[in-house]
Amino acid sequence: MQLAIFWIFSVLMLLFAGLVVVMRNPVASALSLVMCFICLAGLYFTLDAFFIGIIQILVYAGAVMVLFLFIIMLLNLKEEVARRLKLSAFFGGGLVLCGFVYAMVKAVINLPEVWQTAPKLETGGISDVARIGFKLFETYNMPLQIVGVILLVATIGVVFLSSRQLR
Amino acid sequence: MIEELPTRLYAWFLQLLQKIGLPSIIVDIVGAFLIAISTCAVFLALFALTSVLERKILARVQNRLGPNRVGPFGLLQPVADGIKMLIKEDIIPHNADKILHFLAPVLALIPSLLVLAILPYGSNLVPVNLNSGLLYYFAISAIAEIAIFLAGWAGNNKYSVLGAMRAIAQILSYELPLATSALCVALAAGSLSLPQIVQSQNNYLLGLFPNWFLFTPWGLAAGLVFFIAALAETNRSPFDLPEGESELVAGHLTEYSGFKYATFFIAEYVGMFAICALFVTLFLGGWLPPLPFLAFIPSWIWFFAKVCFIAFVMIWIRATLPRMRIDHLLSFAWKFLLPLAFSAFFALLLWHYLGRNILSSLLSFAFIVAAYFALGYPFTQRYSPRKRTYLFSE
Repeated sequence: MQLAIFWIFSVLMLLFAGLVVVMRNPVASALSLVMCFICLAGLYFTLDAFFIGIIQILVYAGAVMVLFLFIIMLLNLKEEVARRLKLSAFFGGGLVLCGFVYAMVKAVINLPEVWQTAPKLETGGISDVARIGFKLFETYNMPLQIVGVILLVATIGVVFLSSRQLR
Repeated sequence: MIEELPTRLYAWFLQLLQKIGLPSIIVDIVGAFLIAISTCAVFLALFALTSVLERKILARVQNRLGPNRVGPFGLLQPVADGIKMLIKEDIIPHNADKILHFLAPVLALIPSLLVLAILPYGSNLVPVNLNSGLLYYFAISAIAEIAIFLAGWAGNNKYSVLGAMRAIAQILSYELPLATSALCVALAAGSLSLPQIVQSQNNYLLGLFPNWFLFTPWGLAAGLVFFIAALAETNRSPFDLPEGESELVAGHLTEYSGFKYATFFIAEYVGMFAICALFVTLFLGGWLPPLPFLAFIPSWIWFFAKVCFIAFVMIWIRATLPRMRIDHLLSFAWKFLLPLAFSAFFALLLWHYLGRNILSSLLSFAFIVAAYFALGYPFTQRYSPRKRTYLFSE
């Protein structure tokens, strides 16, 4: 049962990931990206990582993609759909992709953890929210604070830039 | 007996299936479908009932009669509406993106039905007990924004696009106060799981007064923020600008007719009931009875009674308040509701770390009142427009 769900979600995810690239219409590829994220969340759910899966949907499929679509809505899409495929760009991209896939496969195969099967959880699930909370706010407290400050700096920068333009 | 009626019926039905000799995996799947279908059916029935009761209540407020022709007291009006919607012509605009135009109403309905899975309907009636149920609600309802975008974009109509832009701007801005005020409750209860949030409100002050989160000083502010943001999230009046017919024809619904339009309508009303149910769960003690000796009435009756009461308040507000203007709407969200939600957060910290007693309650209440007046002061001033300079026009 779990294996079947795993295969369904991974095949769908790869399919939609391919569609993101292949689709000429930006809205269609953005929606394929949403589906790709949702399938990835489905994979997390099969691993009993409900919190991570929900955050995946909330942050990527929800917030990030809505911002993408909001910007797409303001663009003129006719040019994008009418643009022709260049053969040289196609082959160049393919070459880069092949190199990337080769490097990834080689790196993953050499990891010892890939070939081990993790032991099954004893009882149903664990309180993953509490565990992630403890990890974030005790072990990795300092990096978390630094990330917060970086985000704040970015926000202030955006506000400053946009307000200077309006004046 | 009545308390356990739904669970007993469910267990009896599954036993029946096992006696027939079906394999256990099929019994499991049928059981899951049974829960899903019955949950959806209850909310769709509530939708049908509300669609006529809302018009009745609006008519009563406006001193009219309302629908009274179909069936006794006009109660069969939803059936007539459904038939009318089904036999109307389904128009797809010539320039529309056909697939996306079809996909948008479907995508609007699915999230509003999906969020029903985690709500605790009774003391032992929780379809799925996720330990991060509150986050699940916000994650799924974020997908509904994509449906609104699709509806506006696929029709290839300027009014649709403008309406969708307004709708997304509104929903994005009101999601922040909504989530922040819900976060206060999650902190106070110490859990993101909705059944546990209800359970943490399960005690009575002096054995009489319910200890619900709405009756704490920070909970009053957070509940107010949550309720107003919930009105805006579900496009209820006075925040129904996205489909403001006086300005935008019908917003993102302009290009929809027939049953696709009805699907949006269903999604909106089921979403309204879902957010009422979330409000009841977070602030009004979910399925708990308001007084301890009323516990003999089944918990799920209390839950649905509270949900219907909150829905009634929403209809009442719709009958009372005029529609807001778009810039007022957005500045209200960012300059008043969000800071108020944050101050509710600080009031919660005061209340919790000073020991959850009367003194800390008074202190945090004083803090909330001060924050309310400080934040509301600019809104009471007379509005005098300044000269605006534009970047790209002129």
